[in-house]
Amino acid sequence: MSSTDLGMPTTAPDGVGFLRGSEPFPAAAHRALADTQLRRNLGHATRTIRAKRAGVVAEVPDWEELRRAGEAIKADTMARLPELLEQLEASVTARGGVVHWARDATEANAIVAGLVRDTGADEVVKVKSIATQEIGLNEALAEQGITATETDLAELIVQLSDDRPSHFLVPAIHRNRSEIRDIFLRAMPGVDPDLTDDPRRLAMAARAHLRRKFLSARVAISGANFAAADTGTISVVESEGNGRMCLTLPDTLITVMGVEKVVPRWSDMEVFLQLLPRSSTGERMNPYTSTWSGVTPGDGPQTFHLVLLDNGRSNVLASEDGRSALHCIRCSACLNVCPVYERTGGHAYGSVYPGPIGAVLSPQLTGISGPDDPNASLPYASSLCGACFDACPVRIDIPNLLVQQRAASIAAHRTPTAQDLAMRTVAAAMVSPGRFRAAERVLGLGRFAGRSGRIRFLPYPGSQWTSARDAPAPPAETFRQWWKRTRS
Amino acid sequence: MRIALVATCLGDAMFPQALKATVEILERLGHEVVFPSDQTCCGQMHVNTGYLDMALPLVRHHVEVFADAAEVAVAPSGSCVGCVRHQHAMVARRGGDEDLARAAEDLAGRTYELSELLVDVLGVTDVGAYYPHRVTYHPTCHSLRMLRVGDKPLRLLRAVRGLHLVELPDAEVCCGFGGTFAVKNAEVSTAMLADKMANVLTSGAEVCTAGDSSCLMHIGGGLSRLRSGVRTVHLAEILASTEDGTPARDIVFDTTEVGEGKGVHP
Repeated sequence: MSSTDLGMPTTAPDGVGFLRGSEPFPAAAHRALADTQLRRNLGHATRTIRAKRAGVVAEVPDWEELRRAGEAIKADTMARLPELLEQLEASVTARGGVVHWARDATEANAIVAGLVRDTGADEVVKVKSIATQEIGLNEALAEQGITATETDLAELIVQLSDDRPSHFLVPAIHRNRSEIRDIFLRAMPGVDPDLTDDPRRLAMAARAHLRRKFLSARVAISGANFAAADTGTISVVESEGNGRMCLTLPDTLITVMGVEKVVPRWSDMEVFLQLLPRSSTGERMNPYTSTWSGVTPGDGPQTFHLVLLDNGRSNVLASEDGRSALHCIRCSACLNVCPVYERTGGHAYGSVYPGPIGAVLSPQLTGISGPDDPNASLPYASSLCGACFDACPVRIDIPNLLVQQRAASIAAHRTPTAQDLAMRTVAAAMVSPGRFRAAERVLGLGRFAGRSGRIRFLPYPGSQWTSARDAPAPPAETFRQWWKRTRS
Repeated sequence: MRIALVATCLGDAMFPQALKATVEILERLGHEVVFPSDQTCCGQMHVNTGYLDMALPLVRHHVEVFADAAEVAVAPSGSCVGCVRHQHAMVARRGGDEDLARAAEDLAGRTYELSELLVDVLGVTDVGAYYPHRVTYHPTCHSLRMLRVGDKPLRLLRAVRGLHLVELPDAEVCCGFGGTFAVKNAEVSTAMLADKMANVLTSGAEVCTAGDSSCLMHIGGGLSRLRSGVRTVHLAEILASTEDGTPARDIVFDTTEVGEGKGVHP
């Protein structure tokens, strides 16, 4: 973003990266719901993580205060994001790093590909990063003849099976261990043909495969969990140690970071390092927290590039109703507690950002082109049960954001849809007591439809109800009629 | 106390039993219930489907009808009260009507869900009810997480004579209703309903109760389709039931199947 770049913030470009699926949520969910293995894997995994999270959150006496602190830091950050980013740039530069600004996925991919090419490497190792999946970096690098190897175990599983991640924390949550064994046997070079589905054996196979990559790679690519503007310190929080290998062994480190990941102060980490692990993996503290500030001579990568990615984030920031979606620290607690996510999994959302937070973030990053835009269906992928807000470590009011994004979806209708017209008719009836009573009388005729009190079939769109549920026949008398008959 | 009844559009048209029961409880406790006859709908369906502009006149109408109707207002619905309390002012402000937003906030502060009114405002947990059945309670999402009614409904139920309260496994998970979600994402809604029904059946209850007719319509509609032998009854109706009164029978999907007070155990 150059200083002369004025005008409206842009959205993420079409056709680059993975922020939009190819079909509306209900169609994708239809397939997911029928996949019994997926349902079993997801149900088991989310239930386990939910229980772990509930246990470790309950033992923190000031959890609510921590959530409020996290919320306040994020709100402060968004209120002065441009200033903090410039401060971050200055801090990183002062410590020997090089900062790049990418307006969108296309620019970010070009910057990273150029940086890798400049090193002469044709292979890179990657730390788990959702931002680089958002922009389709691996695919863009492949087009330039550069092979990117995912080193997080679950990301490796996803990559080896030509699959897509379905969860922030556990990208292969939709797979069980016997499926993982099959994937390794099929796609992992040099794997032991007698590999079993014992978790330890699977981990050892991945370790042997990855060690070769770690020791030969000259360039690593990471994302970032946090970046402190005052010290220029970037941090990555992980469980497996693969991140630590990538962040310390190669000569060159390239970090791609969404601009919303900046926090004002190094001391803010105190809050987030308490909130994130407990919300995410259900651990008191994650095993590996790596932090680095620019370049340290003789220790770790000697060249460090930080790519600051917008890709629609300024568009989200510009929306008063929607900007709190940028507060997300990608813990995935909202996914794990969401009854919709638990049943459909992440692929049904199309975007790399699934679940409740994805349903409000993806449409804002891409913008909504009209009623047929798959992302227009995402805000409706929720019963508004509110479990996501209760679980969110930074108190993002996701149910309210869902309602606001539903309004945004409707605002994108250029001509009224059938639903728009129906809602308009109902609203017109409901604003007038006379018309409302008349409508009730018409509805009352419906009781003849179910003489036994049970209605087993209704025409569309009522058929969407009676596909699985009986509908009650209207009562012989409305409450209003009863009140009038008995009280006046 | 003079209490205005918010009938809710769904309750008025489809589930009058829960409203009659609400009137009965409050009058039995010595209060005066008024029914402002111009009331229509709180606008929740429009708000939650994203039609915030269309909801504005509905919010204005609701506030006009109830602002001076009584000291407090009550609805036997967690979700309608949730809309009044957490969404009306937002809709008004978004529509640029600050006066309406303030009036909506004032009314919201005096609008209660039934269990809140009974326990917090009127200070009673024993409403003199008698209901000799095995009952499980489903805490509806908006009661639980929008209004934070907590254990108020359970305290009311525990004080009902003859009632055997049984625990609902995974009680706090959504039943899958979600308003227009139930038709816009009917299949996911059904998948959620399947698990809720399984838990209701596991509980061994003959009656599943809740504070929202809408969620009960969903759960009860599924239980009826499966001929499960478990029925759904609104909390108000249980609390209105007495030894000499008529037994509660709210959401009846088949009168020939569900006999009065003769639920079949699964």
